[in-house]
Amino acid sequence: MVDIAQRSAGSNGLLAALNNRHVRGTVIQAVLLTVVVGAFIYFTSNAVSNMARLGITSGYGFLDRPANFGIGEFMVPYTPADTYGRAIFVGLLNTIKVALAGCVLATILGIFLGILRLTNNPLLSTLIQGYIEIIRNVPLLLQLFFWYAVAQKFPGPRDAFQPLPGFFLSNRGVKVPWLEWTPQHDIVLLVAVIGVVVSLFVNKASERKRDATGVGFLVFPWAIALIFVVPVIVGAVIGAPLTVTVPALRGFNFTGGVSLSPEFFALLIGLTLYTAAFIAEIVRSGIQSVGKGQSEAARALGLPAGRIMRLVVLPQALRVIIPPMTSNYLNLTKNSSLAVAIGYPDVVSIVNTTMNQTGQSFETIAILMGVYLTLSLSISAFMNWYNSRISLKER
Amino acid sequence: MVNQAPTLDDPSLITRPPVGTTGLVGKIRQTFFNNVLNTIITLACVAALIAIIPPILDWAIFNAITTGDAALCRANASGACWAFVGEKLNFIIYAFYPQTEQWRPLAMMLIFGGMVGVSLFPALWRRELLIAWIVALLTMFELMAGVLFLPAVPTRLWGGLPLTLALSTIGLVLAFPVGILLALGRRSQLPILKLVCVGYIELIRGVPLITILFMSSLMFPLLLPEGMTIDKLLRAQVALIMFAAAYLAEVVRGGLQAISRGQYEAADSLGLSYGQKMRKIILPQALKIVIPSLVNTFIGFFKDTTLVIIIGLFDFLNSIKSALTDPNWLGFHVEAYVFAACVYFVFCFGMSRYSLFLETKLTPEKVR
Repeated sequence: MVDIAQRSAGSNGLLAALNNRHVRGTVIQAVLLTVVVGAFIYFTSNAVSNMARLGITSGYGFLDRPANFGIGEFMVPYTPADTYGRAIFVGLLNTIKVALAGCVLATILGIFLGILRLTNNPLLSTLIQGYIEIIRNVPLLLQLFFWYAVAQKFPGPRDAFQPLPGFFLSNRGVKVPWLEWTPQHDIVLLVAVIGVVVSLFVNKASERKRDATGVGFLVFPWAIALIFVVPVIVGAVIGAPLTVTVPALRGFNFTGGVSLSPEFFALLIGLTLYTAAFIAEIVRSGIQSVGKGQSEAARALGLPAGRIMRLVVLPQALRVIIPPMTSNYLNLTKNSSLAVAIGYPDVVSIVNTTMNQTGQSFETIAILMGVYLTLSLSISAFMNWYNSRISLKER
Repeated sequence: MVNQAPTLDDPSLITRPPVGTTGLVGKIRQTFFNNVLNTIITLACVAALIAIIPPILDWAIFNAITTGDAALCRANASGACWAFVGEKLNFIIYAFYPQTEQWRPLAMMLIFGGMVGVSLFPALWRRELLIAWIVALLTMFELMAGVLFLPAVPTRLWGGLPLTLALSTIGLVLAFPVGILLALGRRSQLPILKLVCVGYIELIRGVPLITILFMSSLMFPLLLPEGMTIDKLLRAQVALIMFAAAYLAEVVRGGLQAISRGQYEAADSLGLSYGQKMRKIILPQALKIVIPSLVNTFIGFFKDTTLVIIIGLFDFLNSIKSALTDPNWLGFHVEAYVFAACVYFVFCFGMSRYSLFLETKLTPEKVR
């Protein structure tokens, strides 16, 4: 016995060692590490020699040089004399603007469609299903091209479409009425934000009271008062003017109101309609995932329909809805990078211009990846926090 | 036996149901007009359909022009100009592929269609099919590129529908095994292996596809030694594979997590090696569970191949877009995009219906 064991170990000790799980694991990882590090060193050395040959100095010094290109729309002041750094910042703000607006609008439209899809009326649910199928099975880029072509086919300012009074669709973009913003409005907004925070505390207090006594108090009136009524009163007192500027045709173009460029309009419409179709399906499956027994039991307890939805069905449906919703917000944010194809100056398109002008491909791509990773991680972090709040508390 | 039970033959005993609750009329009333809200919804839907459908039909069919030139189309503002699509069809499908050699992409697409058609039947999924696919892919490559007997066609001339099909098929075929390996790596207990896989998956999934395509087209050439170049199409294909692999890995991981521990332990207790355990016990079950999400990922990937436009490749969408720049045929965007949308829709919708079929076929236990 001893003899055999010794012989087998002696004759092919190396192979025998490879049969050991731990040894094998170490060998695999060592090989992997060597390959990864080796590839890194190989590519870096190539890159260094290539850049030396092409006369590109690495580093982020180019961010302080003037950009020398114009940007169609900006939320902070920008001129071509500004630096590349500022140009990229302008692009980042544009990305955030369209992503945020898209997420909000897609959520509203998606929830609306998802609920309507569940009505008992077969006509309506078939119509909505048709919409969802068409939108989901056509590439987003194609849809963006389509909306951009539509936006460009709008008539000139002189005979612009006017779907609602004060709203104009023309080939110069979309004009909407807007509140004339003064510093006083900042204060009103601040008061409203404080109102939101205080309402959260009121909600906490109500919960605490209900835990202690079994009867809470209604938070809703408090929230209305704090978030809407108080700011309006404050606004009236400090004299924030309620002037709405309505766009009007003067000569060849519009004055007043807020203008959305055709690019922004096409991108926002495309992203919203596309993501809403996905959200609608998520909402539908979320609501359907709550067993019928749940709402029947709630009805047996005598709860009215509104409370059944709010207290029984929705909290359980949200658990199913939130995780895929997160990935849809992430997708929307990443999809906003398709802006580059229709000429909206988002961060990708500005970084791309920067890359072409400076040749700093490593640095610019690193910036781009950093930007998107940061955005993705922040959205995930926020949604994970929300998800853990509403998830099932198992005791 | 004189007493007889009353039978329904006696007409006086039959009570008719209230008028309008049975039959077609009753059914329509029940589904569409059973209360005020539902009636309003029905009427609104009908109104919307009446407002939308006839103008679309007028534009797309009744007033449309199917043959003729641009001037004829411009004169007819109320209808679509399918003549544009007809005129440009050759370019839209083959892009810049040399005119005299266009039978080759056509043959390639026919072989592809035939192989897909055969592969649709789960009964035919055998080793022979795999070999047939390898042979078919090599033949298709030979047809497109012309390595052996046919005149060579450089990849910069490839385009149109064959390019879209090639990018998405080869992308998925190669990304799938990589994705499985990444998923297994992520679930592994070896810390460095796990770290590399997690890092890769999260990095790729955290950035848009455009960034990865930019890397392949602008940054990657700088990483190669001087004088060495890799074909642009190949670089884009590798970028697409890397991208799809990360997403497929997450789908497969979902399946792996859904398999109960007992299956792993049972395989271990039978003395199966890691490879045997995964190949014969775990993966067949895990992949079956995730078929719907896999197909969704496939569809998403097929749609995402359109992004190669941004680095200047002429896929199907881009050849349509450049057909629009012909100065003789300016301004038929809507027709072109509607046509493109129909083509993409057929592919994607087909895939999603097939996945439903496959799901019921492979999981008979779930069907009630």
